[in-house]
Amino acid sequence: MSETLERYFVPEPSKFPIFGSVALLLFGTGAALWLNKVGAGPWLFFAGIAILIYMLFGWFGQVVRESQGGHYGKRVDVSFRWSMGWFIFSEVMFFAAFFGALFYVRVLALPWLSTGDNEAVLWQGFSGEWPSAGPRAHEAFTPMGAWGIPAINTLILLTSGVTLTWAHYGLLGGRRGQLKLGLFLTILLGAIFIGLQAYEYLHAYVDLNLRLDSGIYGSTFYLLTGFHGLHVTVGAIMLTVMLFRVFAGHFDAEHHFGFEAAAWYWHFVDVVWLFLFVVVYWL
Amino acid sequence: MTTLTHDPIDTASGHSHAHGPTGLMRWITTTNHKDIGTMYMIFSFIMFLSGGVMALTIRAELFQPGLQVVEPEFFNQLTTMHGLVMVFGAIMPAFVGFANWMVPLMIGASDMAFARMNNWSFWLLPPAAILLLGSFFVPGGATAAGWTLYAPLSVQMGMGMDLAIFAIHIMGISSIMGAINIVVTILNMRAPGMTMMKMPLFCWTWLITAYLLIAVMPVLAGAVTMILTDRHFGTSFFNAAGGGDPVMYQHIFWFFGHPEVYIMILPAFGIVSQIIPTFARKPLFGYASMVYATASIAILSFVVWAHHMFTTGMPAAGQLFFMYATMLIAVPTGVKVFNWVATMWRGSMTFESPMLWATGFIFVFTMGGFTGLICAIAPIDIQVQDTYYVVAHFHYVLVAGSLFALFAGAYYWLPKWTGHMPNEFLGKLHFWCSIVFFNITFFPMHFLGLAGMPRRIPDYALQFADFNALATIGAFGFGLSQLIFLVVVVKCVRGGEKAEAQSWEGAEGLEWTVPSPAPHHTFEDAPVFKG
Amino acid sequence: MGFASRITASALPIAYAACVSAQDAPSRYNLQPPVTGIATEIYSMHTLMLIICLVIFVGVFGVMFWSVIHHRKSRGAVAANFHENTAVEIAWTVVPILILLGMAWPATKTVIAMKDTSSPDITIKATGYQWKWGYDYLQGEGEGIRFLSNASTPREQIEGKAEKGAHYLLEVDNPVVVPVGKKVRVLTTAADVIHSWWVPAFGVKQDAIPGFIRDTWFRAEQEGIYRGNCAELCGKDHGFMPIEVHVVSAERYSAWVQGRLALTAAAKVDDAREWGLGELVERGRVVFEANCAACHQADGKGLPPAFPALDGSPLVQGDKAAQIDLVLKGKQGTAMMAFGAQLSDADLAAVITYTRNAWSNVSGEAVQPVEVAAGRGN
Ligand code: HEA
Ligand code: HEA
Ligand code: CUA
Ligand SMILES: [Cu+2]
Repeated sequence: MSETLERYFVPEPSKFPIFGSVALLLFGTGAALWLNKVGAGPWLFFAGIAILIYMLFGWFGQVVRESQGGHYGKRVDVSFRWSMGWFIFSEVMFFAAFFGALFYVRVLALPWLSTGDNEAVLWQGFSGEWPSAGPRAHEAFTPMGAWGIPAINTLILLTSGVTLTWAHYGLLGGRRGQLKLGLFLTILLGAIFIGLQAYEYLHAYVDLNLRLDSGIYGSTFYLLTGFHGLHVTVGAIMLTVMLFRVFAGHFDAEHHFGFEAAAWYWHFVDVVWLFLFVVVYWL
Repeated sequence: MTTLTHDPIDTASGHSHAHGPTGLMRWITTTNHKDIGTMYMIFSFIMFLSGGVMALTIRAELFQPGLQVVEPEFFNQLTTMHGLVMVFGAIMPAFVGFANWMVPLMIGASDMAFARMNNWSFWLLPPAAILLLGSFFVPGGATAAGWTLYAPLSVQMGMGMDLAIFAIHIMGISSIMGAINIVVTILNMRAPGMTMMKMPLFCWTWLITAYLLIAVMPVLAGAVTMILTDRHFGTSFFNAAGGGDPVMYQHIFWFFGHPEVYIMILPAFGIVSQIIPTFARKPLFGYASMVYATASIAILSFVVWAHHMFTTGMPAAGQLFFMYATMLIAVPTGVKVFNWVATMWRGSMTFESPMLWATGFIFVFTMGGFTGLICAIAPIDIQVQDTYYVVAHFHYVLVAGSLFALFAGAYYWLPKWTGHMPNEFLGKLHFWCSIVFFNITFFPMHFLGLAGMPRRIPDYALQFADFNALATIGAFGFGLSQLIFLVVVVKCVRGGEKAEAQSWEGAEGLEWTVPSPAPHHTFEDAPVFKG
Repeated sequence: MGFASRITASALPIAYAACVSAQDAPSRYNLQPPVTGIATEIYSMHTLMLIICLVIFVGVFGVMFWSVIHHRKSRGAVAANFHENTAVEIAWTVVPILILLGMAWPATKTVIAMKDTSSPDITIKATGYQWKWGYDYLQGEGEGIRFLSNASTPREQIEGKAEKGAHYLLEVDNPVVVPVGKKVRVLTTAADVIHSWWVPAFGVKQDAIPGFIRDTWFRAEQEGIYRGNCAELCGKDHGFMPIEVHVVSAERYSAWVQGRLALTAAAKVDDAREWGLGELVERGRVVFEANCAACHQADGKGLPPAFPALDGSPLVQGDKAAQIDLVLKGKQGTAMMAFGAQLSDADLAAVITYTRNAWSNVSGEAVQPVEVAAGRGN
């Protein structure tokens, strides 16, 4: 009975959403102007980002305060779980669009282009073998091998999944030291991953002549790994926030959904990488 | 039967939250689902008028053969923006507005699960609208690649295209957050006693719609992102010379696009399923099969997308698969139609405005469904693809479907929103003008399409002149008729016959247990639902 | 409002359709009269589906309106309380499935027939350009013929300054010509964006996708002139790129082929010889009107920013080679297409010379076909 009568927390009116909206308006306008080389573009763009950062700090700060203030009951906690789960599902679908594109070109488009009438009438002699920059490739490039940095990065991410789970056990068992160390190691591994990824891009541009405009191989390679890298960055930021909260004494064995949400996200990013490693680098 | 164990509005605890900001700031900062629902609806009506003005300009140009009103390039911009504004600005937000207002009331929740995020979901729409409509005023004008934004034409466009892409991203964020909010609210905040299979059908259809949104909006975001990189960063996703494929864009777009059209019709089915039993004074026939039918439509919607691409030259096996899958959707949709008719059967019906609109909906929507089925037959679609036949089809399901259901729902719940009964005479007048002018506008388009008039053209051959003139006359009549609705709403807000808690004789459900207008805060303590 | 008037209002469009179609030529209300086997199948399939749908429609709404009349509160109807009936529900799930199977069967046969492009008598490649069609006869009688097909409706008619002709917007300067009763395979592709090659009377509509070849076929059973349009939004003048096909007897076809091949031979000579400035400008004006004026405008002022002005353009006033290169290869990501594939060396030389000597551009220099030919090399 007490559960059913527990009041669901409804927040006070808030000014943060409108800041977020203005931020995205500036961001969108700025980006469009910038891409078309209109002078004001970058200014609007960065103003948008600045406001967005302000908004995120303010908003999440308030959520943390509400959470620490004990406003969130059991049902709010359940809501958070559902919503994080479905948010991650939407991210899965976002990646699915890009994986779908890679699958489509490799399994359908390139074989089509290199056989039958397409080859005979339009693209004589095109072999269509992956990795390919398409029938009108002007410059040769070297594809990215799987067993150098990418394999190391795979290990790093897998390890980071382990350290994160270890930290989680620490939290559940009340071992704060283990929690802090595990979380710190996870973030460190994430940072190393991003660093190596940046190095890999540099290597690709400078040594391999593999660029964003290197046909469909370059397109899918950079878009998939780039969006993944962006997600690793976001995940690492989330975990860093959690680390600060741990230092501030937040979370206990029962109440730590913020931590769990960041962990779910991290594992999701991890799994996406495994797919990436197999279909982008390896096969 | 629904009964309440205690007073639904909380009078004892004094309203600490009543002291929020006032004036404009109230609306900007609000976390109240009713306020947010209202804003969604006002926004969508404004967008409907803007999209309607574009439609009328299109119709004016098409009144006679020859170029009179607009230049071809601007015509294409109008067509594109009309589609985008109506789909993303008018129909979708209107349904989200309904969900905001009604879902918590129907399931006995105090608000949406994430009230603050709910505010952001709404307030992301005006920026998106500014980007979209603002693109008319940048050099080169708005994007003119059709609402489907097919590459490589969309890669050729000017800056308006970039603005549209960012607008779509922002609307996507808004839709995904809104959808997650609805899912969580429905799954987690139902009053004790309200099991899933006792939930009002409107909640069911929205639950399933929300899943569709979460699944496909990110895919659209991915598709337009690839256009963006093809435009500015030298990628070759949709360029054969670089190993990509323009048709790949269409696959990705329609993987979003087809579920999208059901996103715009499932909540309409929900609204109609609330209204018919009320005015037939008889329980909904086949509640369970309605739920299963909705779910089947949603699931099938993921495997039919390429019926928009029969003329791209798919292999025969592909054409056949997508043809069969598409035809199958007629079965669950038919179940719905039959259930509505069976609900009316041996009822005790009255035809107040909501019922009139709902009945009109079934009638005209089904016509649109049948033309959809005819499009689904691949060989026939070869003839009608990209003609006015398709334009007729989708206006039958979108205008006479989604829009009519929205009007039905608005008349049905206006008493709950405003506390006053809508003016019956004007409501009926609105209906009769709309249905007559609607058919005058769009029925002749079937003939035009069959006889060979392509869509998205500013000028046409002489044999199409008569029906185009008729359609244009109808469109202006239809547009003017919509002003009646504006009058009804304004009158209803300002006064009129007082509405009781249970505003319609046969109405059932938790929303009719709270006073009309619904107080700012309802169900702060969950009612116990005994269905 | 009484019931009777409600029914009339709702049934109005249908009644209207029925009576108008009874009194006028069928092609204004229905698919155009078919002239190929496939189009005939489509035509009758459509009629069949329409009848099935109408029957279901009348059945379902017969029941609904009967209920609407009789089960009204004002008529004293008392609501029953049933809300389920498994047998009925199964029936109305299964019966539609059976009906659909009945519809799918003929459709499947036609799909398979439509896809059978094997062993054609003649193969023609149709290339979509913004905004015209280019045709290459690749195989069969007429092999080697190439031409461009532009809409030929005068601007004045479109702008309402002249009376519109009978084939307004459905006429071209160079129609496709094919022999009657022969299997013609059409390969479609495009140079810039997606177009779609559509001739309703043949039951043929095939998207033309840049970088890909798609194919379709028809065998026209009746001599005559058949008209269609580009059926995929392809930009500004999407509404102005018609398709005109002349189906002629075998003899007339052979005669046409001879005439065309002679023209091709003449063009070869033109490409090789030295031209005078005057002739080039004169010919260039014609080529410009047909190929360039849609975007850059007859006055050379263009429609900036999408379509830049040529009048006063630094490129046009600058180095010859750069302009030749641009015209030959087009400009990626814009509507400026690679004209090298479409026009002969002489035409290109003429049009480039024209732009360099028209409006306020006064170079006084001629560009020779051989220079263009050289430009193709690099
Ligand atoms: C609300 C929106 C909505 C809805 C509900 C539908 C519903 C359907 N649509 Fe439609 N459609 C659109 C919106 C919608 N569509 C849009 C916007 C486009 C064009 C996009 C663009 O190109 O810009 C389009 C285009 C479109 C095409 C592509 C046409 C082309 O471009 O060539 C096709 C082809 O298969 C199609 C089919 C269908 C089918 C089979 C249904 C079915 O769901 C209909 C099912 C309903 C019924 C069949 C009636 C009721 C059933 C019975 C009474 C049972 C008994 C019946 C039988 C056994 C026959 N639609
Ligand atoms: C989603 C819903 C939706 C809605 C509600 C509508 C509503 C209307 N549409 Fe639709 N339309 C689409 C979605 C919709 N449309 C889509 C997706 C396309 C495809 C786009 C593409 O090809 O890319 C399309 C394309 C389309 C075309 C084809 C254009 C072309 O191919 O070039 C036409 C042509 O007649 C048309 C007409 C209309 C008309 C007359 C209305 C009317 O119902 C509008 C009525 C409303 C008003 C008129 C506004 C209200 C009144 C006033 C503001 C008062 C002033 C009025 C007067 C002075 C009379 N639309
Ligand atoms: Cu070419 Cu439309
Ligand atoms: Cu569809």
